[in-house]
Amino acid sequence: MTTLLKPAGPAVSAGPAPTPTPRRRSARSRKRAEIALFVGPALILFLGFVILPVILAAVYSFYNLPQAFQWDDLADPARFIGLQNYVRALNDPVFLGAVGHNFFILGASLLIQGPIAIGVALLLNRRIRGRAALRLLIFVPYVLAEVIAGLSWKLLLQPTGGVNALLESLGLGALQQNWLADPEIALWTMFFILTWKYVGFAILLMLAGLQGVPEELAEAASIDGASWWQVQRHITIPLLGPTIRIWAFLSIIGSLQLFDMVWVTTRGGPLNATQTMATYMVEKGQFGGQPGYGSAIAVILFLISLVIALVYQRFALRRDLAGAVTRGVR
Amino acid sequence: MNRRSTRLVALGLSAGLAAVALAGCAPSSGDGEGDGVTLTWWHNATSGPLPAVWEEVANEFEEAHPGVTVEQTGYQNEELQRTLIPNALASGDAPDLFQVWPGGELRDQVENGYLMPLDDAIPDTISSVGATVNPWQVDGKTYGIPFTFGIEGFWYNTEQFAQAGIDAPPTTLDELVDDVAKLRAAGFTPIAVGAGDKWPAAHWWYQFALHSCSPETIQTAVDEYDFSDDCWVDAGDQLEEFLGINPFQEGFLGTPAQQGAGSSAGLVANGQASMELMGHWNAGTIGGLTADQQVPGFLGWFPFPGIPGSAGDPTAALGGGDGFGCSKDAPPECAELLAYIMSEDVQKRFAASGSGIPTVPSATDSLEDENLKAVAVGLGEASFVQLWLDTAFGTTVGNAMNEGIVNLFGGAGTPEDIVKAMQDAAATL
Repeated sequence: MTTLLKPAGPAVSAGPAPTPTPRRRSARSRKRAEIALFVGPALILFLGFVILPVILAAVYSFYNLPQAFQWDDLADPARFIGLQNYVRALNDPVFLGAVGHNFFILGASLLIQGPIAIGVALLLNRRIRGRAALRLLIFVPYVLAEVIAGLSWKLLLQPTGGVNALLESLGLGALQQNWLADPEIALWTMFFILTWKYVGFAILLMLAGLQGVPEELAEAASIDGASWWQVQRHITIPLLGPTIRIWAFLSIIGSLQLFDMVWVTTRGGPLNATQTMATYMVEKGQFGGQPGYGSAIAVILFLISLVIALVYQRFALRRDLAGAVTRGVR
Repeated sequence: MNRRSTRLVALGLSAGLAAVALAGCAPSSGDGEGDGVTLTWWHNATSGPLPAVWEEVANEFEEAHPGVTVEQTGYQNEELQRTLIPNALASGDAPDLFQVWPGGELRDQVENGYLMPLDDAIPDTISSVGATVNPWQVDGKTYGIPFTFGIEGFWYNTEQFAQAGIDAPPTTLDELVDDVAKLRAAGFTPIAVGAGDKWPAAHWWYQFALHSCSPETIQTAVDEYDFSDDCWVDAGDQLEEFLGINPFQEGFLGTPAQQGAGSSAGLVANGQASMELMGHWNAGTIGGLTADQQVPGFLGWFPFPGIPGSAGDPTAALGGGDGFGCSKDAPPECAELLAYIMSEDVQKRFAASGSGIPTVPSATDSLEDENLKAVAVGLGEASFVQLWLDTAFGTTVGNAMNEGIVNLFGGAGTPEDIVKAMQDAAATL
């Protein structure tokens, strides 16, 4: 260590030298060692637990594998079926339905949760009585463990559960539904639960973003005669842009990879009405005895997420991230 | 040799077992008692009286075998079957003694060489359960021994049946259809089904298949995945017709089977549905879902009614059981422990605890629960017991089949679709 560090001091003062000197080179190798030291462990973990599984899943997806497969099965030429798992996925109505459900949740999140979150954040950003308590209440669902929240809703939304009982006692018996058991409305119910769970996080993000909007601008605008609405519309929300774009990014990724809440409440049912790519992957790969097919679904899910994430970063987040990547600041 | 003599004394406690266990342990006495052997034992007993029984059994075995430690753990059934055991076996770090499910899964495990053949180690134990062991055998070798086996039937609310004017449980399908109408007319939900978990709905189709397909046809299907016989479509047609009378509860597609008051078992337990088609374990499940945690006094049991004029065996029953087997690398003590679990004494205690129907015939007398006695009688009267079809066909075909059946329940599939899904799944094997 010390031998590595020793020549470091003078290397800085040797800066102006126009051509690489031995000292300069040693400085460079020191830098490399530093990088290796700091990046190495993280890189190994990343390769071992992220990249390797992705590659393995891609390999498995070309095979027809039994449930508890072994390495021998990969060597068996009869099990190699090329792209058949992918062909099957693209012709599998349940899988296509699952992709549709993911995009439904994605679209609905952006179009419904976003405005709700912005609206509530604007409201909570004003000085109103009980603001701290309101902020806390809104954030509680997000803090609850997914499984606990999911089970609670599952029980409440049963045909004989609390929600229907409440409707009955309010004289709204006509509105009673089989919330999670009716294939026609189960996905909407699921979206409601997800909104309940995650809108608090969105509101918190927006509130944090609002703290970065200088009050002077709003003041100046109102002196110029702008109404509260005009101030929000033309000043606050545009300045909230970076926050909204980051929230949308998180929401998109979360919608595409949606698994836990669905698994706990409906496990993709009834009649696959709430099946998502991730639940179908587990249903087929883990419980359906078809790890090869499950892996193909995993790869498709990965590719869809990757493409959307890259496109979004390239076009929507470019300005927000400018500098962040190149200069490593902010 | 101290070890052996202590063993003898202790084994004297459980008469009838000594010879078997000693034969099994004789070769292992050379291991030396200092080393100590640890047996890991995974089972599916997580609630009811059974965990206490297994814990007692483990302690007794430890006492009788100084140097042997038994680490027994209960896991949730599906978790154990679908995740824990397959992963443990595949990783080569399997528990010694564990739950072994018969049918397709057993065949896969034997093919991969994961399991220990038990025929040479504990032959007397194997013969003590008679033909019940057959589903746990592959190519004439025994890889697991069932400690409980029972058949499926209706768990029903005798009081609601009486209130609806039904004097005796139905013995034919037509009578069942009539009774459903009577129960509806009396304001009850006739039948609860946990279609949210898929398999409970699928069991309805299995019953129709069992009654429309001959035992030979079913066996051919299990062996060769040949579902070309028309009887498989007939089963779906019959089920579709039965669904037409709307016998089930509201929102059955989202109802779980066994967990919580809103599950199908919970609906029966709390008088919100009059009956449920379910396996022999259901009395315990229903008992756990009532307010006072007791099996309700109104609970009765009758077997699935016959379907006159069908090709299947009219007295055939659908059933299944739980068994244990040893992993390939387990120490010899594993088979001894299994023999002890299967001893008449333990089987009697198992029966008396109300956990299920024992497989050793002489232990059946110890059954105290009236409903389990009724199931045991039904089992005795069945001419032919078919293993649950999803278990028999294995995970891949079984999963596709259950999915197809639930689609039929939900009006999103046809009887032909079920058979096609099974054939497609079989083609990927």
